[in-house]
Amino acid sequence: MAELVYDKTGRLLFTKEMKKEYTLLIPQMLPDHFAMLVSIFRSEGYKVEMLENTGRPVIDAGQKYVHNDACYPAILVIGQLINAVQAGLYDPHKVALVITQTGGGCRASNYIHLLRKALEKAGLEFVPVISVNLSGLENNPGFKLTVNLIRKVVYALIYGDLILNVANQVRPYELTRGDTDATVDQCMAFLLHDMDNGKGMTFKSMNANFDRIIDAFKAVPVSTEEKVKVGIVGEIYVKYAPLGNNNLADFLLAEGAEPVIPGVIDFIIFKINNREVDVNIYGGKWIKERFCHWLQNYVMKYQHAMIDALKRSNRFRAPGDFNELHSYIKGYLGDGNKMGEGWLLTAEMLELIHTGVPNIVCTQPFGCLPNHIVGKGMIRKIKDDYPWSNIVAIDYDPGATKINQENRIKLMLANARALGKEQKEKEVSAHDRPSPVA
Amino acid sequence: MKLRVGIDIGSTTVKVVVLDQENKLLFRSYERHFSKTRERAAETLRSIQDMLAGQEVHMVITGSAGLGVSKASGIDFVQEVYATAAAVNTFVPGTDAVIELGGEDAKIIFFGGALEERMNGSCAGGTGAFIDQMASLLNVTIGELNELSLRHEKIYPIASRCGVFAKSDIQPILNQGGRKEDIAASIFQAVVDQTVAGLTQGRELKGKIVFLGGPLHFLTGLRQRFVETLKLDEEHAVFPADGDCFAAMGAALCSTDYAPRPFEEYLKLLEESVDATGTLDVMPALFADQKEYDAFLLRHNASHPPQADLAFYQGDAWLGIDAGSTTTKMALIDPQGGILYSYYHSNQGNPVAIVLEQLKEIYKQGGNRVTIKGAAVTGYGEELIKNAFQCDLGLVETMAHYKAAAHFNPNVDFIIDIGGQDMKCFKIRNGAVDSIMLNEACSSGCGSFIETFAKALGYDIAAFSKLGLFSPRPVNLGSRCTVFMNSSVKQAQKDGASVEDISAGLSISIVKNAVYKVIRAANADDLGKHIVVQGGTFLNDAVLRAFEQELGRDVVRPTIAGLMGAFGAALAARDLGLERSSLLSESALQSFSHFAKPATCGLCTNHCSLTVNQFDGGRRFISGNRCSRPLGKEKQELPDLTRYKYQKLRAMEGKGPGSGVRGRIGIPFGLNMYENLPFWYEFFTRLNFEVVLSPESSRKLYLKGQHTIPSDTVCYPAKLLHGHVEALVEMGVDAIWYPCMSYNYDEGIGDNNYNCPVVAYYPELLAANIPLLKETRYLMPYVGLYRHKDFEKRISRLMEEEFSISKKESVAAAEAAYSAYDAYKKDLWAKGQEYIAYAREHSLPILVQAGRPYHIDPEINHGINDLITGQGFVLISEDALSHLEGYEIRKVLNQWTFQSRMYNAARYVCTQPDMQLVQLVSFGCGTDAITADEVRSILEAGGKLYTQLKIDDINNLGAVKIRIRSLMAAMEERSK
Repeated sequence: MAELVYDKTGRLLFTKEMKKEYTLLIPQMLPDHFAMLVSIFRSEGYKVEMLENTGRPVIDAGQKYVHNDACYPAILVIGQLINAVQAGLYDPHKVALVITQTGGGCRASNYIHLLRKALEKAGLEFVPVISVNLSGLENNPGFKLTVNLIRKVVYALIYGDLILNVANQVRPYELTRGDTDATVDQCMAFLLHDMDNGKGMTFKSMNANFDRIIDAFKAVPVSTEEKVKVGIVGEIYVKYAPLGNNNLADFLLAEGAEPVIPGVIDFIIFKINNREVDVNIYGGKWIKERFCHWLQNYVMKYQHAMIDALKRSNRFRAPGDFNELHSYIKGYLGDGNKMGEGWLLTAEMLELIHTGVPNIVCTQPFGCLPNHIVGKGMIRKIKDDYPWSNIVAIDYDPGATKINQENRIKLMLANARALGKEQKEKEVSAHDRPSPVA
Repeated sequence: MKLRVGIDIGSTTVKVVVLDQENKLLFRSYERHFSKTRERAAETLRSIQDMLAGQEVHMVITGSAGLGVSKASGIDFVQEVYATAAAVNTFVPGTDAVIELGGEDAKIIFFGGALEERMNGSCAGGTGAFIDQMASLLNVTIGELNELSLRHEKIYPIASRCGVFAKSDIQPILNQGGRKEDIAASIFQAVVDQTVAGLTQGRELKGKIVFLGGPLHFLTGLRQRFVETLKLDEEHAVFPADGDCFAAMGAALCSTDYAPRPFEEYLKLLEESVDATGTLDVMPALFADQKEYDAFLLRHNASHPPQADLAFYQGDAWLGIDAGSTTTKMALIDPQGGILYSYYHSNQGNPVAIVLEQLKEIYKQGGNRVTIKGAAVTGYGEELIKNAFQCDLGLVETMAHYKAAAHFNPNVDFIIDIGGQDMKCFKIRNGAVDSIMLNEACSSGCGSFIETFAKALGYDIAAFSKLGLFSPRPVNLGSRCTVFMNSSVKQAQKDGASVEDISAGLSISIVKNAVYKVIRAANADDLGKHIVVQGGTFLNDAVLRAFEQELGRDVVRPTIAGLMGAFGAALAARDLGLERSSLLSESALQSFSHFAKPATCGLCTNHCSLTVNQFDGGRRFISGNRCSRPLGKEKQELPDLTRYKYQKLRAMEGKGPGSGVRGRIGIPFGLNMYENLPFWYEFFTRLNFEVVLSPESSRKLYLKGQHTIPSDTVCYPAKLLHGHVEALVEMGVDAIWYPCMSYNYDEGIGDNNYNCPVVAYYPELLAANIPLLKETRYLMPYVGLYRHKDFEKRISRLMEEEFSISKKESVAAAEAAYSAYDAYKKDLWAKGQEYIAYAREHSLPILVQAGRPYHIDPEINHGINDLITGQGFVLISEDALSHLEGYEIRKVLNQWTFQSRMYNAARYVCTQPDMQLVQLVSFGCGTDAITADEVRSILEAGGKLYTQLKIDDINNLGAVKIRIRSLMAAMEERSK
């Protein structure tokens, strides 16, 4: 059995022996993306499981071991990890927990410490915690983010984004329920199979895979009925995690709407871009700036490939690229607004509005600090500039009841339908969309 | 055209209307449903069968509780705000905005241009249910509350966010003798402020405004507050005759979008549908059977004081009074602690009258046989009662409870007291009170909480809590505040929970709230081995049982659990060993009179709302004051570094050594400017600008900017900024300087040097939400001060672009600014040392206030500094000490500069025997969820006490005072 080794600050390390014996548990955020990540890590010789435990016990565990004023994602993520260990799903002496650390000025950078405190409180202080970050925080001998691994991760995220995008455009219209999900599974299966065999991770094969995915979704029989499109933006965890947002996408589907969920790759580019901007504003090493610039372009090359694939599909709506998103925030926020989702969140709302999705649910954990500014704080101005935009801000926390959240979303939907009607009437008389107030 | 029926099922009422072809109202009803929504609606429909039988009609359901009914019955649903908008468009054309208050909802709908609809968020309880709660707190009906409010003379500032906050504001005013008339009006004002603050979100309420919903329909006093606050004339404030039924009328209007059906079919659908049930989250039963319950009772009833009887007793006695927030408790004891007389009753908003009556009764029953040798008083109303009846001693509640608990178990190491409004828990370590935990204003799952629910469900409290004892499946309602709980209960009912299950669930949720929110324990060992529980709420067997179950451990509940505060006070009075008590004698009581009158102190800018209590014989007691000046005494000026800092910063305006020719540059006096002002002042005056500071913060300034606050859960210090920048615009400055700063100074004591996101980016939020800022030059560039050379480069570029200032000039100004900031810090450190030396010379204890620099704003800390020095402490701020410790690795990511200072200050305090630390936390501060635990663990590891003072726009320092006094008492005990 692997020995417990600590570094000089007293932090429990994940050792090479542990890599062989231990199972890494990762909380769920983006189900499809993360499933692929799991497979990638397995191919690198790690034992990995993505947690799927949900419901009250997860929230209870979180509330029991995490300061209740901490943000909801912390309560859920930590609750999910601790609940999984406590529920006896795994041998507590044979697991390590994985958590991401963005290293920004938001509270989220502290999740890992809250997790450690929680483990201590729960008498599980012997469980190692691994930080996944790109800031060089907390090294572990048994866990290395190699360049090759990072490359694979980027592929997985891109594939995940594409699947998320097209599946959301097909699912509301499928004639046979379950077709879309089956197609998702089918695409995941071949992608994972490829990855396991070291395939699908060249630029060329990625493009081929894009078309293959798109064709698979194109083949799903759909109706031509029109549905209200609703964008989902927000704090990254509650935006994506069904556990965090009370199955928001499913709710919108059930209400007869088409959820539009911007992908995660922009967030990755955003975090890289922040470093470059930091050097520009505050000074720092030019080499860092150049490297970040290069890295950003590298990831954006993949993003462009995905957008191009969507465009040539002649069927699916393609999102704007990172630069386009960036262009929207002029007059709203500065490039330096980087904590949490920073300006990207506002940019996503604006991008949605510009691409014909003026109905938006802006999700955030109750009391989310960056969202005071970039979410709720910008809605007023967006509304002034785009009077037809229809944004509802929804708070998520352990005490918020689904019924209140759903009622507010219903209001947004009722508005959306009325606006849609009005828009149609207008379109009959004039051809143009209303243009933003200068 | 067919008749149209609209059914609006709200959180507390069902409204049904029938409209004819001409939109004429043929029928309307407005009835409470007591959670029986579907049945109530069906019953009303049946009552109008004559009108509708045999016809096809359009029918639609709306309302917050209507969704479930709609789903279950298959009758179409329309969202209620949408329905209301439809009704207003039809019945009151030309409307600019609608304000609608319901049982639990508050809504504003903006018309004109684009339609905008807003509903209250998850943290905004001040609506109909809130008014109900407040009325029961004042022990009046809703109608009486309304009547009272119309006769008000003044308005007290009451927190306008959440019902629970308001409650803890009102209680002390009541206890200190505030007039009910004024409080009633203040409650309505709080609702108005909350609606305006929480829902307008940057859009101004102007033009023709329609007021809808039950509360606004029935409560003329509430209407008056709205009309006055929004400065509306009769033409622009519309109160439609059927304003309470508008959503239902709108539903009827929208119903033509759906196919008509025969009336009988609708009725059948409604009557025969079974309520949709979700899966109930249930917990184990409290008691398996009667036998288990009997054994439980037997165990607990063993802890009781010695027998005593006032009817026969002869000799000395001591009186203890606990003037609690909702109840008044009194105990008269003999030398052994035997209880001769006791009293426990709701104080009905007038504790003085109750104590007077009881004291007369005690004198009457005791006759000449009994001599009261001492009287002590504790609780919220301590000072008022002490002054009214000339008691010998006033003591802080925590001490009183400890004294009482120790009487039953000398080894007690943990005490938890849950009263009507407040919850207190503390540990006993080495015979001293330690680690006091009080419920924060937002999580008060206390006694009155169950009572409110009991009443709402139509039960009295005793009967209601008994119901839960044998519930086989108590429903899990979580551990949140009352406002959230309303919705949880509603949902549970919908999912099929019985009243029994809910009763048990509520008892358990109180316990969970106490254990996980207040004490924040992970297991029983976190508390202690010898736990004594007390307070009226623990007389509720369901709560007690739930507590034992949650901890997995037996605890002691004395039979006099509800009297422990009074009992402890009596013991303290006894231990004084007085020869004679100064308590008013029986004859003095005959001429006792009490008259309370509100006043506003004008002796300083705090403008405290005072209550002047006049008693017979010229005795006076003034409450609500933060310092001793209105009492006619000169203010006791102990060294106070926060005051020193504040004055120093406030003086940084004007032209300084420069000429001011470049114009007037406005700086908002808030958030990080409390740190950076010395820098910017020097920088801009060097560049020959005149620096203009926004006015000092005040409630008025807050209200000025309130209507542009987009997020009602952001911290109060940030909210204040709206008023600050608006004021600057009005002052006609040439530009406002408020840069965005992701990073703070790097002081070498943390892992990074960030500002929190709110401090960093609030300038951008202001720009996006305050229309007035378009009228001025508002500069909010991103800058960082932590890399001097890079900053100089950047700022000179910015200054050149904005003001055509040469690089050389800007660089020189920046260098001077760095020196000035440095000098400011050094002066602060030196002054801190001077004050510490003063304290030591005069043997005074030193209290370190750890918070953010902006916590020294008197409007943010509400004069806590005066309260602290008034209690005999010398006050030092965290930034005067943090440099005395170096970097040390922490158990949290130590990445915010201001927060790093607190860790270091706490570490330094641990090295100084005569220092203690209090942490100031703004409600809604996300970073303090992390720092609070860390500061606590630093202090506790260093053998110090942890005291947290949570502050908001609440103006009342009652809870703060308890904490400070308990801290003092604990310090005294420790030094013994």
